[in-house]
Amino acid sequence: MTEIQPDLKTSLGSLTLKNPVLTASGTFGYGQEFSSLVDPNLLGGIVVKGLSLKPRAGNRPPRTVETPCGMLNAIGLANMGVDAFVEKRLPLLRELDTVVIANIYGHTIDEYGTVAARLKGVEGISAIEVNISCPNVDGGGMAFGTDPDISARVTEQVLKKADKPVIVKLSPNVTDIRAVARAVERAGAEGISLINTLTGMAIDIETRLPRLANISGGLSGPAIRPVALHMVYQVVKAVRIPVIGIGGIMDYRDAPEFLIAGAKAVQVGTASFVNPRASLDIVEGLKAFCQGHGITAIDEIIGTMRLR
Amino acid sequence: MIEEEAGIVFNRQIADKTYHMGLESPRIAAAAKPGQFVMLRVFNGIDPLLRRPLSICRVGGDGIFYLLYRVVGRGTAIMSRAVKGERLSVLGPLGRGFKLPPPGDRSFLVAGGIGIAPLISLSQVVDKDHMAFLVGYRSAAEIIPAEQVGADTSVSIATDDGTAGHRGPVTELLKANVERAGEGRAIVFACGPLPMLKAVAALTSKWNIPCQVSLETSMACGVGACHGCAVKSSSGQKKPYHHVCQDGPVFDADTVDWGRL
Ligand SMILES: Cc1cc2nc3c(=O)[nH]c(=O)nc-3n(C[C@H](O)[C@H](O)[C@H](O)COP(=O)(O)OP(=O)(O)OC[C@H]3O[C@@H](n4cnc5c(N)ncnc54)[C@H](O)[C@@H]3O)c2cc1C
Ligand SMILES: Cc1cc2nc3c(=O)[nH]c(=O)nc-3n(C[C@H](O)[C@H](O)[C@H](O)COP(=O)(O)O)c2cc1C
Ligand code: FES
Repeated sequence: MTEIQPDLKTSLGSLTLKNPVLTASGTFGYGQEFSSLVDPNLLGGIVVKGLSLKPRAGNRPPRTVETPCGMLNAIGLANMGVDAFVEKRLPLLRELDTVVIANIYGHTIDEYGTVAARLKGVEGISAIEVNISCPNVDGGGMAFGTDPDISARVTEQVLKKADKPVIVKLSPNVTDIRAVARAVERAGAEGISLINTLTGMAIDIETRLPRLANISGGLSGPAIRPVALHMVYQVVKAVRIPVIGIGGIMDYRDAPEFLIAGAKAVQVGTASFVNPRASLDIVEGLKAFCQGHGITAIDEIIGTMRLR
Repeated sequence: MIEEEAGIVFNRQIADKTYHMGLESPRIAAAAKPGQFVMLRVFNGIDPLLRRPLSICRVGGDGIFYLLYRVVGRGTAIMSRAVKGERLSVLGPLGRGFKLPPPGDRSFLVAGGIGIAPLISLSQVVDKDHMAFLVGYRSAAEIIPAEQVGADTSVSIATDDGTAGHRGPVTELLKANVERAGEGRAIVFACGPLPMLKAVAALTSKWNIPCQVSLETSMACGVGACHGCAVKSSSGQKKPYHHVCQDGPVFDADTVDWGRL
């Protein structure tokens, strides 16, 4: 008897993914770093490292530190800049038969628009993911994404300049994530991804130095999964646009949790550091999960949490 | 880059807090070059979460590669309890290793403590007639028996407390050896604690002798994907930061901004 091949296709607005597993921004480089171990063509998509208008050197080291069931990072959004990316890295990504999403950020609302404009007409990028978790220079360093109105204005600015679907990536460092989610939906976002990292810190008690030179950093990994799952659940209930779940997804058992909570797709971040093949293992695991549960299409489980 | 489960062939203590482990992975062993490293998953759960970077100390002809490690925290403590037959996931070989000197050049290999690990494999491929291998320890109890870990050459030892070999920092041994060697092309290879590396870099710069250092930073991915392993490059370099896992771990000493390390 041949096993039924479950249909893993999922859609994010106008985008169709061959399966619901993408790699998260900043954890998979520009798609080539792991390519000898993971065939990117088998993934639902790749979200590349955050791109800014100008190249950025990043923060002073140390930039990462391990914490219980997770890690803190303060990379400082080091990247080659959007133009160098298009020139040097995109040509290889273009050959891939998968969805490539450009993650972007700016220091001012205008700059977000300018980065989006640089990607206009550029082939090989299926969508733009807007990182609104970075510090707002005009706003005194507070992240754009902590204010619903500013989040909406960033979204509008990117939409004005972009010719591709726009997904807004939310910061969890807020009191009520639903307010931000609704604001970016009203502003016209085609999708929402969440969560970015949670702000945290660690101190070396011998030297009394912060373990990160930047003092604080972003917490990721399995430690944040329950928080991420709850926020995804809240946002799914608050908006109608598709939601991508991110946060501490390590293996195929974690991914359905987010799908059942209502996410249309998931992104795998820190797990790739621990197991470079994690994203691919999750695709395979989802297939087996469907087969084991008599599910013929992954769609069938999205948003199907039962109530006690 | 290879990722596979490697079986532990042996894992034994060879000095104070210091262990020697053999792992069977013919593919990694065949691909490894002196100075490269692996990312080892020491634990199959999520705490501790990340892999640990460890230098490939030596490669055997039998598909086995060897690690030499010092227990400094949780991950290395877990490693020290692993037993023969267990399998650990290894990612490697990673990074850029040592650039070998032309035959006839004098090589000075300078290690501080566990920094001997990547230099062992180097010592096997450089011209032994023109090589000095110098290792500094805090005290005699820490001495790693070099012949037991594959250094088929004699090693000169310095200890801070004078319990073995030369009393004083290993850089004094380096000075004496370089002076004794006199004129002629020479190169220094160094790995060890930061203060030692800084001192070696300063000396070689003064002597105008090329120097390659193997650096350590915290690492999340080990493959260039996270940009976490940054060290400041010296002025005049193309990039403001090197990434130790990809651009290194071995660097020409004059490409690193030692003041900001
Ligand atoms: C490219 C590279 C090659 C390396 N090769 C070797 C090797 O061959 N043998 C070996 O023993 N070690 C090597 N190291 C260092 C090794 O990776 C760390 O000692 C190890 O990750 C510590 O893990 P842990 O869980 O035991 O300690 P943690 O719990 O992570 O840390 C415990 C304590 O150890 C200290 N520590 C953490 N990292 C280091 C470090 N890099 N050096 C010294 N102290 C540290 C911490 O500050 C902390 O106080 C290498 C590092 C790099 C980057
Ligand atoms: C080292 C590192 C770098 C990251 N860089 C970015 C980035 O450039 N842009 C972004 O939107 N998110 C970035 N993130 C956040 C991740 O994409 C993801 O949202 C977060 O890590 C939570 O998922 P995880 O627990 O699966 O890692 C980064 C995370 C890590 C660990
Ligand atoms: S450790 Fe991730 S880039 Fe070097």
